[in-house]
Amino acid sequence: MAEKVLMTALSPTMEEGTIVAWRKKEGDSVSSGDVLCEVETDKATMDYEATQEGVLLKIIRGEGSSSSVGQTIAILGDKGEDVSSIVEEAKAEGSSSADGSEAEETAAAPEAKEAGAGKSADDREAGQSGHDVSSGGPVKSSPLARKIAADRGIDIAQVSGSGPGGRVVKADVESFSPRSAGTAASSAPRTVAAGEDQKIPVSGKRAVIARRLAESKFSAPHYYLKSSVKMDGAMAARTQLNKELADKAGFNAFLMKFVAEALKRHPDVNAGWQGDHIMQYGSIDIGLAVDLGNGLITPIVRNCGNKGVVAIDDELKVLIKKAGDGKLSPEEYTGATFTISNLGSFGIEEFTAIINPPGAAILAVGSIAKSVVVNDQDEIDVAQVMKMTLSCDHRVIDGAAGGRFLFELKQIIENPVRVLF
Amino acid sequence: MAEISIRDALNQALDEEMARDERVFLLGEEVGEYNGAYKVSRGLLDKYGAPRVLDTPIAELGFTGLAVGAATVGLRPVVEWMTFNFALLALDQVINNAAKMRHMSGGQLNVPIVFRGPNGPAEYLSSQHSQALQSLFVHIPGLKVASYATPYDAKGILKSAIRDDNPVVLIESEMAYAWTGEVPDEEYTIPLGKADVKREGSDITLITYSKPLRMVLEAASELESMGVSAEVIDLRSLRPLDEEAIYASVRKTNRAVVVDESWPMASVGSHVAWLISRNCFDVLDAQVELVCSEDVPMPYNHRMELAVQPSVEKIIDASKRVLYME
Repeated sequence: MAEKVLMTALSPTMEEGTIVAWRKKEGDSVSSGDVLCEVETDKATMDYEATQEGVLLKIIRGEGSSSSVGQTIAILGDKGEDVSSIVEEAKAEGSSSADGSEAEETAAAPEAKEAGAGKSADDREAGQSGHDVSSGGPVKSSPLARKIAADRGIDIAQVSGSGPGGRVVKADVESFSPRSAGTAASSAPRTVAAGEDQKIPVSGKRAVIARRLAESKFSAPHYYLKSSVKMDGAMAARTQLNKELADKAGFNAFLMKFVAEALKRHPDVNAGWQGDHIMQYGSIDIGLAVDLGNGLITPIVRNCGNKGVVAIDDELKVLIKKAGDGKLSPEEYTGATFTISNLGSFGIEEFTAIINPPGAAILAVGSIAKSVVVNDQDEIDVAQVMKMTLSCDHRVIDGAAGGRFLFELKQIIENPVRVLF
Repeated sequence: MAEISIRDALNQALDEEMARDERVFLLGEEVGEYNGAYKVSRGLLDKYGAPRVLDTPIAELGFTGLAVGAATVGLRPVVEWMTFNFALLALDQVINNAAKMRHMSGGQLNVPIVFRGPNGPAEYLSSQHSQALQSLFVHIPGLKVASYATPYDAKGILKSAIRDDNPVVLIESEMAYAWTGEVPDEEYTIPLGKADVKREGSDITLITYSKPLRMVLEAASELESMGVSAEVIDLRSLRPLDEEAIYASVRKTNRAVVVDESWPMASVGSHVAWLISRNCFDVLDAQVELVCSEDVPMPYNHRMELAVQPSVEKIIDASKRVLYME
């Protein structure tokens, strides 16, 4: 009996996945636990292991195509079974993804618009694409949603649907803004002449970043605390420690350790807003924002409160390497109780960051630069100074609590021996 | 305005029309001496006498045919069927004679006749006596068909039906005869072919007619407590159908649930749902839902009897589906 193989949620936040590569071919026999394909989720590339047994009769979603969780990606069954009806059914499921032909259509639209001299040409274009969509295209949508999309010049293939089977409904089109487009053509971007607008497809990862950050920024009332820290003490401590280490510990590991020590003393900052209660976390799990070139991810060092700089650094090196290879597993990047974002290497003096839920605070760290300071003897002095900005969720952390924490952190960094207190 | 029952509103309409026009007469089983099986004709025999209130034998085809003949030659009979389940015997007279005479005579003959009686499920009457048979009549060109679920509508529509020069079938409900409501003291009629917005709303259109109106209004109140503003359209007239009233509402709400207590196939409900899908296609944000009776003969067991019919819960479930609230 042929069975559908469905896209499943390979990470807690995954709503859609892109099949990067099929590891089984049509006709291959598959045992439970075999890797069927590799799927790029919102955060990482994961192996999709079969939970069924049989022969891979048909691949519905080819490499490079994306599917919503619950959509059929392949059919397993007995050798020689007729699966044509299931294939039809699966294809009719529709998809918020875009395959090659759709991507072309999407990309072609602005061109056609420019080519059309008057309004009528635009109308004709809109009408045609509307027709294409309704005549069995892969985008499921309500008639009203299509009409509103056509009126507003929105390509309905770019709108993710919240209705049954991913149907795009009125509410989806009305809340659509090009920035929040959650679906993507995964084909290569076209090369265009200078000066022409480029439509850049939104990857699954980009869509999740967009959604999560917007959710955080628009639901958590952010406020910001700034502090300048003299870094001479911390830098001396690092130099001293690194003399004894074959593998030098990175600055971020020190930063994490300092933050963990400050959090230990102010556990009210190691917390998160849960709607009807505040969760004060027992473990200090610090995420570090890592640039991936095409997005970012925050690998987490768990339980920093009970680890030394060396242990933190070792873990961080492994995590950053995995992040670069897209191999982080969901538990390695979800659930940070506090996050650090460091843009110092870009020469950024100071900036504000968006809180990374479920945590209620994020520390934005700028560059370390020589600055003129007034010392305790009222003399002008030159010191290494770093500016840091703490973004807090006011629902969890009041201003004074945030201030106490940041002051503690400043004191620890300026005088690392304080961690012994 | 007086608060009276549908039973009394119908009685007033008959009384007023019989007083107004001596060609109007009433016939059916037990309509005279017994004052009608549901007391709709109470007092009329005493007031107007035997020639104008006729107790008939238990022979539906016979007395319906008699009435069609009388209408053809100039009288204006009102036929009471004790139930539509019994009216099945009279279908040949209704469909082949009453509905066709004007057409077959090239307009020389009119058949100004009213057929009325209880239709649809009551309680504990099992499959032969619980049928909602309006689809059989609505199907036939040449007939007009209307319904009512309030005393105001009942009186105004029955008066218009009696004055109409075409055969009109009026579907009533045994369960609804005792329902009360306000009826003006002064004379009025309600034109056939007009639907009525029984409740205004903006999020969803609930379309129904006859007895289910009450549960649809109840569902609309429950939806309101869930933050949904439901508009309720009472079709009243089924043939002709007030299509524009339906479309105007759906254009406003973008979603529709049709509630009909008859079976789903070839029914008023399925036809209305098709009309909406066809003519409101571009303004629909969801499929049109139909809440109707299950496609089975009526079970005798009371729980099952209730379970196969539309209910407030089923209407709310269907509404949630088209509102994407699940």
